[in-house]
Amino acid sequence: MPMKLARTAFAALTILFLVAPLIAILPLAFTSSVILTYPVPSWSLRWFEELFTADAWRRAIVNSLIIGTGTTLLATVLGTAASLGLRNRLLFFRGSMRTLFLLPMVVPAVVLGVGMQVLLAGFGLTNSYAGVIIAHTVVAVPFVVVSVTGALAGIDERVELAAQSLGAPPATVFRRVTLPLAMPGVLSGAVLAFATSLDEVVLTLFVAGPNQRTLARQMFSSIRENISPAIAAAAFLFIAATVVIGLIVVLSRSMLAKRR
Amino acid sequence: MSAGASRTGRSLLLLAPLLLFLVGFFVWPLISMMSQAVSDPAVLRLLPRSAAVLADWDRASPPTMPMQAALIEDLKAVDDDQALGDMVRRLNSARSGFRTLMAKTTSALADTANPPADLVSIDQRWERPEFWLAIADALSPYTDRNLLAAVDLGRNAAGSIEHLPADQSVNRVILVRTFWIAALVTFACACIGFPYAIIAASLTGWKRDLMLGAVLLPLWTSLLVRTAAWFILLQEQGLINDLLRWLRIIDAPLPLIFNRTGVIIAMTHVLLPFMVLPIYSVLITIPKNLMPAAASLGAPPWRAFLRVLLPLSLRGVASGSLLVFISAIGYYITPALIGGPGDQMISSIIAFYATGSANWGMAGALGVVLLVATLLLYSVYARLSADEPGRR
Repeated sequence: MPMKLARTAFAALTILFLVAPLIAILPLAFTSSVILTYPVPSWSLRWFEELFTADAWRRAIVNSLIIGTGTTLLATVLGTAASLGLRNRLLFFRGSMRTLFLLPMVVPAVVLGVGMQVLLAGFGLTNSYAGVIIAHTVVAVPFVVVSVTGALAGIDERVELAAQSLGAPPATVFRRVTLPLAMPGVLSGAVLAFATSLDEVVLTLFVAGPNQRTLARQMFSSIRENISPAIAAAAFLFIAATVVIGLIVVLSRSMLAKRR
Repeated sequence: MSAGASRTGRSLLLLAPLLLFLVGFFVWPLISMMSQAVSDPAVLRLLPRSAAVLADWDRASPPTMPMQAALIEDLKAVDDDQALGDMVRRLNSARSGFRTLMAKTTSALADTANPPADLVSIDQRWERPEFWLAIADALSPYTDRNLLAAVDLGRNAAGSIEHLPADQSVNRVILVRTFWIAALVTFACACIGFPYAIIAASLTGWKRDLMLGAVLLPLWTSLLVRTAAWFILLQEQGLINDLLRWLRIIDAPLPLIFNRTGVIIAMTHVLLPFMVLPIYSVLITIPKNLMPAAASLGAPPWRAFLRVLLPLSLRGVASGSLLVFISAIGYYITPALIGGPGDQMISSIIAFYATGSANWGMAGALGVVLLVATLLLYSVYARLSADEPGRR
């Protein structure tokens, strides 16, 4: 019995350690004070107002949306195409190619950032949206590949063969059978790509100019320089966005499951 | 046969865009970072004529007239002060005294009213082969200087490798610190994550869902948000210190931020999911009746754990530890925001060399060290997870 109690206590404490920090900062987004401490003197929306009206923050939010959208499109198209290519088991170097596609997840961001800055400077792409989108796509593409290859592996190939035997040309089989079946994987890959871009700081530090400051980059430097509850408000936005995106994924999955 | 060939063609066509993209924007940047670490064009760029003449020199006899004439020509042709400064710094690091020698020489050469006959007439030191040897060695466009300096080694006058003096040995301290912090975080994650995974795997229903959800929620939350949360919580007036004081556990606030404690706490929180999930995925494959079987054969719980559960789950612990360790050694954001100056890890130093002092050679060399360490550990991890019995 004391063993069981100890187990429950350990599990509860660890859950507290994992979850409490994320919950504890949420109320601070609504403080009326200029310092980030409890107890909160009174509630206000002034820091959200600051977030959407102060030039630096507003531009950062817009930049994050521009760069996130660009990254999501590029990473999803490249990653989905490559995952379809990887289905062919007869291919030479299939394993090494898969490893190469996943490696950007492993290589430390600072190492990639240094190389990226040297390279993009050579192309004249530093301080440009294109440069930041390219850098983010490199680290976002593994998530798309993992997610789409997972979805493709779950497709029963006999379904495609059946469509083929009924006279459907390859393009039709892909459009009407393969793609709809792989769609949940493509969607969650796209969401992960967007989330990766939204959260990326280190590469952005190296390749982005002052005009491409993203929300994450802006949060990073304001934690370093002038900490204010605007950070808690930005964190609130991040967490809210995560919950909304997560709900979209869950809902779209269950809708797709129902349609089947 | 032709159907197979066209299928292969189609697959290659689908793979090509990402392949080209990653070769161009992932592999190439890494290669150019590595080449930054070994490239050393500062001297060769400014002294092309001397390079041609020095190639025939026997590296021992006193400098010949053509050598001096070529160097005079080269130095007169220099019109970029910054490049000249780079070259002098490079030469001075190989042979001290070059800074004053070069300053004297260039100002004498700039005096067009009475041009000096040769270099020796400007300064006697130009007669000595050591200075010419330094130039001849620095003319190679490649160098191992940065790579050696990254691990606190250098070449002495004779060209053999030796340890740098203690006042220049900063990198080894940082490397040791990086691995030490990563090891501490891995240990903390294992101590919390292993029992947590065992408990989660032994439960069913909503309790298991709750425990797994608690791991997945931080994993889904932005790294920056989690670091910001710890930044706010660990402050002197933060929630943790307030709580401890309210509970009368402490009187004065504990220093939790801008030091090692804060870095370890925050990094453990960030990386704990990477420990729990691999262990959990191994544990759920272990048949549920093994532990009762051990007990029925008379093993006390601790013995059943040591002889049955631990050996079977060790692979999960190993993959989780490697995953945490690999992520931890490359960490930048958390130490940069939560740590003090004494807690900066190798990534921070790379970023400092790259953006702070524009020393691309050193940034590249330390980057190579970090990259090699990461890839080596990752190959171990990949082998470990490829050996999964289920996949065989």
